[in-house]
Parts: sequence; structure tokens; C-alpha cells
Amino acid sequence: MKSLEELKKLREKLQSDTKLRAADGIKVIVGMGTCGIAAGAREVMAALMDEVKKRGVAGVAFQQTGCIGMCDKEVLVDIISPGGPRITYGNVRPSDAGRLVAEHVVNGQIVKDLVVAKSV
Amino acid sequence: MRDLSLHVLDLVQNAVAAGAKNISLLIGEDGEKDLLSIEVSDDGKGMAPDFAACAKDPFATTRTSRKVGLGLPLMDMTAKRAGGRLDIDSRPGEGTKITAVYRLSHIDRPPLGDIAATVKIIAAGCQGIFFRYEHRKGHNAFVLDTKAMREILGGEVDFGESAVMEWLDGFLREGLLALDKTEG
Repeated sequence: MKSLEELKKLREKLQSDTKLRAADGIKVIVGMGTCGIAAGAREVMAALMDEVKKRGVAGVAFQQTGCIGMCDKEVLVDIISPGGPRITYGNVRPSDAGRLVAEHVVNGQIVKDLVVAKSV
Repeated sequence: MRDLSLHVLDLVQNAVAAGAKNISLLIGEDGEKDLLSIEVSDDGKGMAPDFAACAKDPFATTRTSRKVGLGLPLMDMTAKRAGGRLDIDSRPGEGTKITAVYRLSHIDRPPLGDIAATVKIIAAGCQGIFFRYEHRKGHNAFVLDTKAMREILGGEVDFGESAVMEWLDGFLREGLLALDKTEG
């Protein structure tokens, strides 16, 4: 049974990893306006989280944002590496989560065929 | 929107966009009264009275008021179709409360859907926001409060951390399953 007690135990474990997390600091942002949600943003976010968990990657911060005006390209996912450009991926499906995490989050390689915008 | 849990995600996103510091989600399933209610309240910037009055109309919404867009009109439509209604109670500078009511047994009521997935994603993305979720079913209740989580975890741990997400997932799913248990 998952309880608040169990969460307390988690705390000690996690605090010892804090330094590592601060050093990594890669951000994954999923667009969750009405347009994004209707296009399956929640499922994409869940798939990305699953993939990160499966690979045991530490230090990935998930965030959500509202509509940014590219509703026809939803689901939109931004990945920002510390000091790197902000890459916006469009028309992302849950099945793309594996590639985005393995290639971009882990190896720093941009998944070119899904890119719709790039900004510094 | 395929189910109500996606509408809930949308409502909470509106609250986040309104700059809320505290967001509360209350879901009630009352078999005796045949009602399902969803209430999202926040202490964000609120809506001006004339905007609140037209927020349910997709065609009255101009580009400048896009922060609400189609979310509320779609939810209003599904609520009306299921023998219910959508109420907007908003005051500028104080916050907004959206209440959607459905007839629980209505054939056109969309399913609640994966509410645990919705709540998990809200909690993980709510940095600097306190989010409280209460789900009542008959006499049973389940509560998730990110304020309590924050007190236990301290300031440094990110809720998006996969170990926390995993705990959250289990806590939500077990808690929601327990809602179906009858007393005794």
C-alpha cells in the first residue's frame, strides 16, 4: 500500500541525488492547452514519463504549458538542454516517446523529422 | 475530449494560466442523488464579469480571450447533453470556481476516464502551486494534497522526479480503488 509514510522514506533517497539533478536540468515541456489535450497531450506526457522511468534517467524536469498557437501541430513537445537551444517537436504521438528520450534526452541528438521549430 | 478526466486537465490548466497559487479539484459521485459533480476552484486572477458571461460561447470568444478558448464551451456542451450544467463563478482578483454537474446514470454522460493520469500530470507540473484533489464516492473519500507532499519531501525534491511520480501513481490508483469498497 502506497502511503505518506512511504513518501517519507523516498525523501532521504532523493535528497542524496539532488546534486546530480541540479547538474542535469533538462526540461521537457508538453503543450496542454485545450488543443493539446484533445490531440492526446496527456498520453504523450505519460509515455515520455514512462520512458524516462524505464531508462532510469535522473534529472529530467517535466512541465506543461498552454496553447502557443500551433494548434494544428499538436501534440507539441519542447526539449531544452541546459545551455542548448529550445527544440520544439510537433505532431508527437505516444509512440515517438522512445525516440525522443533515447536520442534527445539521453544522447543529445535532435530527432530531426519531428522538429517544427528551434529557438535559442 | 474523449472523457471527463481530460476536461478536468483542461480546467486546471486554465487555473494555472490564471496565475493561481492554490487550486482545488473536487469530484463527487453520488449514486443516491444520481449526480456526478466536478468542481475546480482557484485563487487566480479571475475573469471580468462581461467575459465570464460569454466564456461558455465559443463564438463570443475573441482571440484576445483565447486563454479560455473552446475548453469551457465543450464542457458546457457535454454537461448539458448529460442532463447537467456548467456554472462559472468568477471575481476579478479573487479567483474562479467552475462547477460541472452531470446526471450520473445519463446515457450521454462521458466516462470519467483516467482521472489518476490527469491528477498525476497536474501534480508533477504544478511547481510552486498547491493542488488539492478530493474525490468522494458515496460515504468514501480520497484526498491528495501536494502541500502535504511538499512538507514531507522538503523544498528540493521535484515532483516530476520519476520515483515521486511512481509513488504518486500507486497512491492515486490504490486510493481510487478503495473508493469502491463498501463500508462494513
